Amino acid sequence: MAAAIDVHGLNKSFGDKHVVQDVSLTVEEGRVTGFLGPNGSGKTTTMRMVCGLLQPDSGSGTCLGYDILTESRQIKRHTGYMTQKFSLYEDLTIAENLLFVARIYGMDRRAERVDKALEGLGLTGRRDQLAGTLSGGWKQRLALAAAVLHEPKLLLLDEPTAGVDPKARREFWDEIHRLAGEGLTVMVSTHYMDEAERCHDIAYIAYGRLIARGTVAELIDQSGLTTFRGEGPGADRLGEALQGRPGVEMAAPFGAAMHVSGSDRAALEATLRTCSSI
Amino acid sequence: MKEARSISGLRILAIMAKEFTQLTRDRLTYAMILAVPIMQLLLFGYAINNDPRHLPAVLLDQDRSVMSRSAAEAIRNTGYFAFVKEVNSPREIDEAIESGKAQFAVTIPGDFERRVVRGDGAQILVEADASDPTTVGGAVAALAGLPQTALQGDLKGALATRQPAPGGAQAAGAAPFEMVIHRRYNPENITAYNIVPGLLGIVLSMTLVMMTSLALTRERERGTMETLLATPVEPLEVMLGKLAPYVGIGLVQTAIILTLARLLFGVPFMGGWGALSIGVALFIVGSLSLGFFFSTLARSQLQAMQMSVFYLLPSLLLSGFMFPFRGMPAWAQAIGQVIPVTHFLRIVRGALLKGVGLSETWPSVLALAAFVLVVGALSVARYRTTLD
Repeated sequence: MAAAIDVHGLNKSFGDKHVVQDVSLTVEEGRVTGFLGPNGSGKTTTMRMVCGLLQPDSGSGTCLGYDILTESRQIKRHTGYMTQKFSLYEDLTIAENLLFVARIYGMDRRAERVDKALEGLGLTGRRDQLAGTLSGGWKQRLALAAAVLHEPKLLLLDEPTAGVDPKARREFWDEIHRLAGEGLTVMVSTHYMDEAERCHDIAYIAYGRLIARGTVAELIDQSGLTTFRGEGPGADRLGEALQGRPGVEMAAPFGAAMHVSGSDRAALEATLRTCSSI
Repeated sequence: MKEARSISGLRILAIMAKEFTQLTRDRLTYAMILAVPIMQLLLFGYAINNDPRHLPAVLLDQDRSVMSRSAAEAIRNTGYFAFVKEVNSPREIDEAIESGKAQFAVTIPGDFERRVVRGDGAQILVEADASDPTTVGGAVAALAGLPQTALQGDLKGALATRQPAPGGAQAAGAAPFEMVIHRRYNPENITAYNIVPGLLGIVLSMTLVMMTSLALTRERERGTMETLLATPVEPLEVMLGKLAPYVGIGLVQTAIILTLARLLFGVPFMGGWGALSIGVALFIVGSLSLGFFFSTLARSQLQAMQMSVFYLLPSLLLSGFMFPFRGMPAWAQAIGQVIPVTHFLRIVRGALLKGVGLSETWPSVLALAAFVLVVGALSVARYRTTLD
């Protein structure tokens, strides 16, 4: 299968901060790839370099078969990009925003496309409402509709579900998979693990470096971690006592229970056995 | 039950410290707070002079006599007139005044000396470009007492009787000759004739530069810039699309100001419509381009506004709008020459008050055209299709 994104050795610095370091990434067509990593790890910068919003300091590659260094215009034409912050015009109505996007991309049958998008959103009755007055979940759905209005081949979503309620998030992901089913390649950055599990593949980036790549199951296998779960009165308070003991790499309360993880199963078990007397 | 209220010094201090820290973070604001007063001080203190001297004048001496030379010398000695050229015909006088090369023209008729000697109502004609009454006010006042003293050195011996009687010198007809002052373009000294057309330049600058300076910064602040940049839209397309509506606004403003100038203030519309139209078009486009350029530089809407203010201040003070251009020292005139409003004012005042067209104001039209080209090119060059 052809690669929608194929970039090598991307680097980008802002001032003396080296935010993206030697990132190489391949995304196959028609896949939904989750882009994971802590805040400030370089997810947004990488996505911006892929779609031509930022010029990499070094590195090369193609996006949709176009060179990311020299053919950003073509890339922009065939890419839908949804920013982290709602970035449609709040002082335009829903329909006006969509019409603007349709015009900017030079679409034909604009009124028809806008009507269809509104219908798909279920916003036909509210088409003349100002976009700024929509709730968070609706804004995000409108932004998605605007990002795919010009029928892109690649969709880049930068933390699209931040601040959106679980039901809206679920519906949003249903929509993403529907679009992927139609052949769209999707790259979506997120902090939510449940969302990561809904992706075909995962790319994990931290401190500007790509650390892991593969399906969710592959990544869990690769990690080689064993996790025990302990319940009982006061179990959730044991974190500090467990932290730093042999074999314990992470101890975190989950509700009333305690999850203890480590890569050395034997050491972990031994520690937990001695600790059960605490 | 009422909650007890008290003012806490610590809380006030907390807010004070925060405000001060935020102020220092925004370097441009900080610089402006310091730069604007200094600029005002220098401009008001050194550049502005409501009693300009050494105004350019041309001399038409048809008499070429000892007395005509004495009279011209006396006029020069007032300090208000600097004879830049001696001309040979009234036609040259018109040309010098219409083009603005000379503020005054002094004509000494061929029979000057003869009439003085005969005591037969000798006259000197001083024509002033009075389109700006402030500029010529001091000079005209200085001419008032001149006939009494100008020829003192020449009226000796038998001619001593032509000397005005000491003490009673101010009596009418006592002077050996008379100064005839002819205020062209604005004989009644109406300040509004000068201010109202000038206001057109100021209003257009204020609204157009400010509004467009917010054009891109607003998009950047609201985050819509990122979406816009992710589309295939070209810099020139953004610029033209954003500026076009403001061209309409500028034209409406021009129409309103010119209509009111005529109806309320009776400002004469002498002609020069071609120059006026081209001038207005260039000035609107130039102001919009400048605003757009500011908005490619500014990081926030506040900064964009400050840049506009920084531009408007010299436009008000050094363009000849508020204060006589010729009253300013050379360095201030040099700055004034690169301010587009200066040239726009010359075109508008030239057209409305003097009825002069492109044949006289072409240097100003060229200056505006150059401004449009330079700022337009800078704006397109500064605009980035990436977020870098």
